[in-house]
Amino acid sequence: MFELLGIPPQALFGQLLLGLINGSFYALLSLGLAVIFGLLNIINFTHGAQYMMGAFVAWMLLDYLGIGYWWALVLVPVIVGLTGIVLERLMISRLYHLDHLYGLLLTFGLALIIQGLFRNQYGISGEAYSIPSQLVGVQNLGFMFLPNYRLWVIVASVVVCLGTWFVIEKTRLGAYLRAATENPTLVGAFGINVPRLVTLTYGFGVGLAALAGVLAAPIYSVNPNMGADLIIVVFAVVVIGGMGSILGAVLTGFGLGLIEGLTKVFYPEGSAVVIFVIMAIVLLVKPAGLFGRTA
Amino acid sequence: MAAEVEPLERQVAATAGAGGMPRHHQLIFAGLLAFALVAPFVLYPVFVMKVLCFVLFACAFNLLLGFGGLLSFGHAAYFGSASYVAAHAAKVWGLTPELAILCGTATAAGLGFVFGGLAIRRAGIYFAMVTLAFAQMVYFFSLQAPFTGGEDGIQSVPRGALLGLFSLESDRTLYFFVLAIVFGGLLLIYRIIHSPFGQVMKAIRDNEPRAVSLGYRVQRYKLAVFVLSATLAGLAGSTKALVFQLASLTDVHWSMSGEVVLMTLLGGMGTVFGPIVGAATIVTMQNYLAGFGAWVTVTQGVIFVVGVLLFREGIVGVLSRWLKKPL
Repeated sequence: MFELLGIPPQALFGQLLLGLINGSFYALLSLGLAVIFGLLNIINFTHGAQYMMGAFVAWMLLDYLGIGYWWALVLVPVIVGLTGIVLERLMISRLYHLDHLYGLLLTFGLALIIQGLFRNQYGISGEAYSIPSQLVGVQNLGFMFLPNYRLWVIVASVVVCLGTWFVIEKTRLGAYLRAATENPTLVGAFGINVPRLVTLTYGFGVGLAALAGVLAAPIYSVNPNMGADLIIVVFAVVVIGGMGSILGAVLTGFGLGLIEGLTKVFYPEGSAVVIFVIMAIVLLVKPAGLFGRTA
Repeated sequence: MAAEVEPLERQVAATAGAGGMPRHHQLIFAGLLAFALVAPFVLYPVFVMKVLCFVLFACAFNLLLGFGGLLSFGHAAYFGSASYVAAHAAKVWGLTPELAILCGTATAAGLGFVFGGLAIRRAGIYFAMVTLAFAQMVYFFSLQAPFTGGEDGIQSVPRGALLGLFSLESDRTLYFFVLAIVFGGLLLIYRIIHSPFGQVMKAIRDNEPRAVSLGYRVQRYKLAVFVLSATLAGLAGSTKALVFQLASLTDVHWSMSGEVVLMTLLGGMGTVFGPIVGAATIVTMQNYLAGFGAWVTVTQGVIFVVGVLLFREGIVGVLSRWLKKPL
């Protein structure tokens, strides 16, 4: 077998794969944040909690009702998205006329409540969610083994990201959305119900987080804190990419996942902080972010 | 956020400009000091010292948020790193408490300079996310670095003897040392807010483009107030390490950053005395709810939500409106 810089290829490709998996989640979550930020102008701190809710609702559907993975993929984003819509109508919508920072504080408070409630109910040890039978097994690629489920996660994430990009950039609904981002008053004057558009957008962003949660459930243990630390890394991803462009958010997510994976191979101690270091460099060189427009 | 506190601030400026501290502020400071002098004989001293440390932490944070208009979501980084360094200095290097606290505070100042310098390149929501991300970096560093003791933290830190002469082992003696530090810190913050520097700071908060057009180097002011806030947060953190004889991951965790935001929001951001009330309330609440596990988190979340939706002025903000006096 050949070796790269003294690293056995199995370890290298294994970590790259893990990086790509992490990147899939970074991409899905930062995409949701970007979509919500585009229209609502708030940073959804609850995003991590909603990702956790996605994983938990999938587990509950299976455990209490016997509804399996494939139905969960469809049902969970809808259920969690609906809770998001309720939150937006009852609370978040009251803050649009205020400084955006209040939105951050409100959603932070909501995240604390949701995480605290789940911790009270389920403890912190976590619940196991098994891989659906169709995706058990591995592919032998010759130089490494690729678990089917992980391949599925990457494919699903890419498809969902591209689908979202297509809807926002290429369809009529997306055109309304982008127009409302630029000038909500004018779009309202054309007879489009902007508040409803805002509510549905929030629900959609939350649904994306929940979908990421379902995809994550079989890989990571389903526990109340699974979103809390992840969301901070996703914030750094968002700062690096800038929230101006959908594809930018997706590319940054996958790219940083890969870089993190590479760091695990060559300098394991630095893997937890590498994304933050990159963020510092980007702030020095291009403060608006790689794909960002100046605020 | 600025628009709501603006009228009060104008009054503060007017009265303070007329000649030193306004009379009712003098009375409040005197009342607080009198209360703090009696407190250790009535209440458990370690508890009151905890309140004092968080009072200083919240006031330092409020200097940045309430008067500088900058929401840092990562102040635990300065509080916690100072706590670690002070604990390490006292335990491993065997420094006297005042030198250990100085080491911790200097660390926080240095970190504040580096992170603040980077974070002020973005504004608003991005600023909050950048500070949070840097704080998380400090957290991961503290988790892995050899001298922090990982999950255990640095335990049984010696309180030592002040200047090598006066032993601080007894809670009562330490109490007055802590009180002196915290009260000194509060007066310093008060002075900063009402100095010409503080007036420029508030001008930048209220209308940045106008401050730029008047020729102020806005970025330098922002960095200065960030470093001041981080330094004072570090002073609070170092002192806390001596009080509890412990520095741990709790001090650098993002939930600590959230707590200090909550204290300031509850008490009233942009008020002088709000964070004092907020910190005392939250620490007392944690004390009573300590046995209920995650319900503390839920309660804090509820206070956040209610505070943001209905109660944005905070306790002291509302009092101040009723009394028609800036507090």
